[in-house]
Amino acid sequence: MIAQSLQVGAHLPALQVVVPLLAAPVCALIQRPRVAWATALAVSVLALLMSSALLERTLVAGPISYALGGWAAPWGIEYRVDTVNAFVLLIVSLISTLVLPFARDSVEQEVRADRIGLFYTAWMLCLTGLLGIAITGDAFNVFVFLEISSLSSYVLISLGSERRALVAAFRYLVMGTVGATFILIGVGLLYTMTGTLNMMDLAERIGAVEDTRAVKVAFVFLTVGIAIKMALFPLHAWLPNAYTYAPSAVTAFLAGSATKVAVYVWLRFFFTVFGADYAIESMSMMLLMLPLALSGIVIASLVAVFQNDAKRLLAYSSVAQIGYMALGIGLFSTTGLTAAIVHLFNHAIIKTVLFMALGCILLRTGSVRIASLAGIGRRMPWTMAAFVFGAMSLVGVPLTVGFISKWYLLLAALEFGWWPVAALVVATSLLAAVYCGRVVEAAYFRDPQPGSIQAHAREAPLTMLVPVWILIAANIYLGIDTDLTVDVARRAAVILIGAVP
Amino acid sequence: MRHHIIVRVSTRILVAFILLFALYVQFHGDFGPGGGFQAGVIFGAGCILYGLVFGVDALRVVIPDAIVRSIAALGVLLFAGVGVVAILAGGNFLDYSVLGQTPTAGQHLGIILIELGVGMTVASVVILLYYAFTNR
Repeated sequence: MIAQSLQVGAHLPALQVVVPLLAAPVCALIQRPRVAWATALAVSVLALLMSSALLERTLVAGPISYALGGWAAPWGIEYRVDTVNAFVLLIVSLISTLVLPFARDSVEQEVRADRIGLFYTAWMLCLTGLLGIAITGDAFNVFVFLEISSLSSYVLISLGSERRALVAAFRYLVMGTVGATFILIGVGLLYTMTGTLNMMDLAERIGAVEDTRAVKVAFVFLTVGIAIKMALFPLHAWLPNAYTYAPSAVTAFLAGSATKVAVYVWLRFFFTVFGADYAIESMSMMLLMLPLALSGIVIASLVAVFQNDAKRLLAYSSVAQIGYMALGIGLFSTTGLTAAIVHLFNHAIIKTVLFMALGCILLRTGSVRIASLAGIGRRMPWTMAAFVFGAMSLVGVPLTVGFISKWYLLLAALEFGWWPVAALVVATSLLAAVYCGRVVEAAYFRDPQPGSIQAHAREAPLTMLVPVWILIAANIYLGIDTDLTVDVARRAAVILIGAVP
Repeated sequence: MRHHIIVRVSTRILVAFILLFALYVQFHGDFGPGGGFQAGVIFGAGCILYGLVFGVDALRVVIPDAIVRSIAALGVLLFAGVGVVAILAGGNFLDYSVLGQTPTAGQHLGIILIELGVGMTVASVVILLYYAFTNR
């Protein structure tokens, strides 16, 4: 029995991806909505258990390498798990596991009954792709999993109840394909110059050819391609519509996982494959990243203030939050990276819970336009209370996770003595207070139209409220006890930078 | 296409050969050029030719939607399943060497099964695409 469990332990890196992959065709074969949902949930819980086991192992025993098909590393595909990607695996599987219980009722209302089986199939494929991107140590394999996750997320988005979801999904498809093609071109150029696709092997060989134009072009293609996938300003145009018209559960899932994984890929290529020195000195990335990150934060926050649809408002807020992560990465320091990685996790749990709260309102009233949210705080007190806590966390009120992220970001900016940047981070937090405040104001301080759906809405069902409040509890607990998130993030940052400063 | 007798007759003859050729490309894939992907596309193309000439409803009688969908899912399941069997047999995921008596026999068996899975899924997805477009 012990031998059996050891064996499973040794195969965890493969099983982490394979179990959701197996679940996808099973969901497609089952077709019955409730059974497909239960399968997806069970598999997601399993994936969460596996990723926490992997994270624990990497913290104790260092990186784990797994040779797919028994082919040794530089030739075969290697799955390589260190603290950085184990943390990302944890984020993705955690978000999926918390959104799925919520998804049952929400999806039954928003998606046509005969498509629900396929909905969960696409969900499992998306989960497979996201976990695969995070776990693999092979540059080409990243592209393959990226396509799996992207294609399935186009499907998930297009299943939204409005017809505009189709247009949004198509637009994302066009942009996403451009991004993926750029990444493929970048990987291809690296392969022609070094003859290898394994990331660790690439890191060793790139030094000899790093001044060639081909490698520089590869760097540029990878940077831009991944920036599209992570919706970095000004390449974010696909995101607002995709998030607005997708089914609520999909928005919550993708907001917490898809862009985060893209940020991780950026980290991997910048720090592990090319090396931070190359990115800063040869490619002057600081000059590019900081203006993009800062203008993204300011402009997207401003645009968010003027939105009339709460979902779209949060979508623009996501673009701004990606800017905070890019800012942390763009500083190319250990503290900056720690801030970016902490925010990766924290923003995932903040934005997911906010979108889930909107999903609850959408279930009961059918609209999340700010005008139609009037008075909803009295009819759905638990849902709106959760939204308020989530919004406080997004703003960065102390004792929430949002505060931790902002705090480390400020520390990182001040290490360089960049007071204007620090001031901007604080000022844009106030903008977050303004745009979240608009939703809260409508919900609590305005009266609903007499006789409207909103005036008679009931509180959301417990199956949806419980995951929402678990996430709120996490937002507060991890805002007070930062051992799990900040320590792991710092260790991940040290691994990426390569040396303790 | 009812009045195009030449097209109808030659299609009737050709389809059999196209499907046979697909199976050849599929199962001869580990000795010569070919494999599941190419074979799947050829098989799907053969079916689509039949549908184009005799009508999509005639094709639906031969292979109904539900069955094509199941085959698409089963193909993926077969692919991943072979990998899991390899783990159960004591190797790494997709390590075919542990599947047979000798590593060579194992590799043979493994690649044939994997390619069969690919072929099943690709052929059914090609046909499903055709169904999806004709449904509009």
